[in-house]
Amino acid sequence: MVTLPPASLQNEGVVRHMPRLRMVGGPLVKMIAQRIALGVLLLWAVSVLIFAGTQILPGDVATAMLGQQATPEAIANIRNELGLDRPAVVRYFDWLGNALQGDLGKSYTNRQDIATNIGKRLGNTMFLALCAAVIAVPLAITLGVLAVRYRNTFFDKFLSILTLSTVSLPEFFAGYLLILLFAVQLRWFPSTATIRPSMDFGDKLYAIALPCLTLVLVVVGHMMRMTRAAILNVLSSAYVETAELKGLSPSRIIWRHALPNALAPIVNVVALNLAYLIVGVVVVEVIFVYPGMGQFMVDHVSKRDVPVVQACGLVFAAVYIVLNIVADVAAIVANPRLRHPR
Amino acid sequence: MSRELEYLAREAVRGRLNRRDFLGRAAALGLTLPVASKLLNSAAYAQAPRKGGDLICGLVGGESTNSLDPATFLSQVPQVFGKCWGETLVYSKPEDGSPVGLLAESWDASDDVKEWTFKIRKGVKFHDGKDMTPDDVLATFQRHSDPNAKSGALGVMENIAAMKVDGENIVFTLKNADADLPLLLSDYHLIIQPSGGVGAPDAGIGTGPYKVEANEPGVRYMATKFDEHWRDDVGFVDTVEILVMNDTTARMSALQSGQVHIINRVEPKTVSLIERAPGVVIERVPSKGHYVFVMHINTPPFDNNDLRMALKLAIDRDAMVDTILQGYATKGNDFPINQSYAYAPKDIPQRAYDPEEAASFYKKSGHSGPIQLKTSEVAFPGAVDAATLFQQQAAKAGIQIEVQREPGDGYWDQVWNKQPFCASYWGGRPTQDGMYSTAYYSKADWNDTRFMRPDFDAKLLEARGELDQERRAQLYREMALMVRDEGGLILPMFNDFIDAHTDQVQGWISDPNYEMSGLSAPIRVWLPS
Repeated sequence: MVTLPPASLQNEGVVRHMPRLRMVGGPLVKMIAQRIALGVLLLWAVSVLIFAGTQILPGDVATAMLGQQATPEAIANIRNELGLDRPAVVRYFDWLGNALQGDLGKSYTNRQDIATNIGKRLGNTMFLALCAAVIAVPLAITLGVLAVRYRNTFFDKFLSILTLSTVSLPEFFAGYLLILLFAVQLRWFPSTATIRPSMDFGDKLYAIALPCLTLVLVVVGHMMRMTRAAILNVLSSAYVETAELKGLSPSRIIWRHALPNALAPIVNVVALNLAYLIVGVVVVEVIFVYPGMGQFMVDHVSKRDVPVVQACGLVFAAVYIVLNIVADVAAIVANPRLRHPR
Repeated sequence: MSRELEYLAREAVRGRLNRRDFLGRAAALGLTLPVASKLLNSAAYAQAPRKGGDLICGLVGGESTNSLDPATFLSQVPQVFGKCWGETLVYSKPEDGSPVGLLAESWDASDDVKEWTFKIRKGVKFHDGKDMTPDDVLATFQRHSDPNAKSGALGVMENIAAMKVDGENIVFTLKNADADLPLLLSDYHLIIQPSGGVGAPDAGIGTGPYKVEANEPGVRYMATKFDEHWRDDVGFVDTVEILVMNDTTARMSALQSGQVHIINRVEPKTVSLIERAPGVVIERVPSKGHYVFVMHINTPPFDNNDLRMALKLAIDRDAMVDTILQGYATKGNDFPINQSYAYAPKDIPQRAYDPEEAASFYKKSGHSGPIQLKTSEVAFPGAVDAATLFQQQAAKAGIQIEVQREPGDGYWDQVWNKQPFCASYWGGRPTQDGMYSTAYYSKADWNDTRFMRPDFDAKLLEARGELDQERRAQLYREMALMVRDEGGLILPMFNDFIDAHTDQVQGWISDPNYEMSGLSAPIRVWLPS
């Protein structure tokens, strides 16, 4: 008599493996802990690199602050006041000690509290990134799935051309085109995304309409094409054929059977694009005069305001690291083979 | 046609076109005399100041690193905002650059021009409700005199040996006689603050027509009308908002789409484009600022005056003005003074492009081989193009210039005032004395041509203490000639300030002292209802 394998193995690959935390418990928690520890180590390395980098740049905060107006005595005064006459190593560990206690210090240049300022700017950046992501991610995945469903039709090719052109269009150019059309000609949206404290949520959404649209155009193509490629990859596997022979509809095969198994690469691409939306949008910020983190960091780099640059660098690095950990974990949870490493 | 008429009427009201000319041009456009007169009257009526409205400016020149401490003001946004919330003792009259009392009612100098008495205005209130007193004024100047305050006005204060309060007056005793002291006190850093701003230099409390409402460095500033302000000739709009827009295209589109009323620094190459946009008015005024190539005259090969002369003759100023600044500039004459200054010398012949003469000076100098010229896009707008243009012009005289492009970041640290031949710019100073003592006095830190001449220094000091205007003008003329014929300065052009606003903005005053109507546009203009 032939013993049938357990039902769960019989259906391997056809039934979606929902993550069951009870089952995953131990190894997954251990892995997340490892990733977080590595992330912290990485953050520390980043802080060393940033500090070293700002030391290599020509000039320091004193000369940068005074610009063409710098006299030797004024420079000496500022250096002395900020403690810049101490060795770089001492200054670094001073900063590290304070940062570990949650004190990011005060800006060299305008004596404002760094944490408060970064908080505001990061809030703005997150708001813009989130709005763009809320539109772009579902849009990209839906379009990707549709492109697979109607692959090699006119619709698929049209989508390909469209997304390839938005990806290849530099973001500043896309931004200027949108400004020309929607702000200067039609006057539907403001050309500058000015955020005022008195604005309510709707006003803010209206203010960031154009930068948000620009970002959506920039990221949607990449995510959509990766979704399409990942699903197509899965569609060539045997179990999809089985599903087809069972007589399931194409849409059901794609949504229920192919997409969940293609999730890992898609999540990775989405995470990469989310990270870009947060740390890589300085050009869009400049064009639309949006007070986000990018412009804030550039200003302080040009003034050699080391504590602020350090703080910004850490925030950016943390965003990357956290998103990558999330993507990894999501990929593992979605894929049983990775969940049980041998 | 009506747009052209409106434009003409506006020009007529501002006095750029006389009434007769206006009526003539209007007739040429097919208007009958009574209609044209009526139009002119309504344009003039619109010129009467009106209170109210919310003014929004989009300006370049602000960074997240800016502070409200006037001692640290370096770029346009804090400077313009400073004029909104603060006032100085004296300001410089837009028409002729002469000193006018602001928080000082009047002043008087002793015969040796070393002791100055300024009478401080009474009944002026700070935004926190306190009265402004001579003690506040004294404390302000004491703070700026302290090297630890890092004040940009430290150079102005250095000549002051002692100061004291005497009743309602402030008395300054100078180390060296200085006939220009009132104008020097118009420096935008020297905003009078309560108790001099000691302890809270960045509180943003002053006596200006607007109170600071929001201070978001590098992003946005907001100020509301201060009801107890003592002047009625400034401060017409209810609120002033300044948005930092460092991107040129962002400023242009914000103006064109009506999001802001005023922008600064319109690029010369885009003036003709934006001028055609409906409802946009360009404001252009010749400035004291200039674009330069500076040579260290104590460093070979520039220690040879024949070589310097060859280079000065080998630059085509007309082509520079036309190509680099699209005509929005005036030609320079190798000394740092133009007609916007008081006592400017008028009869010095214009140096012209003369490749043959340049070649003969070059031959006489005995120099051979390429001459390195450092430039960078931050040296001045178009500096890289200008250096290349200079290279081609000089080549016609047989002089070989090797252009080296340097990164903008660090240019002012590593190149300017360090390398023997580089591109740079100078902003204007309130007085000729200010310009010469900053960059041509032998002990000046920023003597970027290494012009060290005891005879020049002597004339500079004599002119500074000279109350006789004719003698002063004579001395300044001699100094200009020394710099022009023996110095290390190649000065192709003085740039114009080019600002723009929507046609709603009324009452703009042309002011050659600084851009944005002498930094004071927000407090000088008004909006129609």
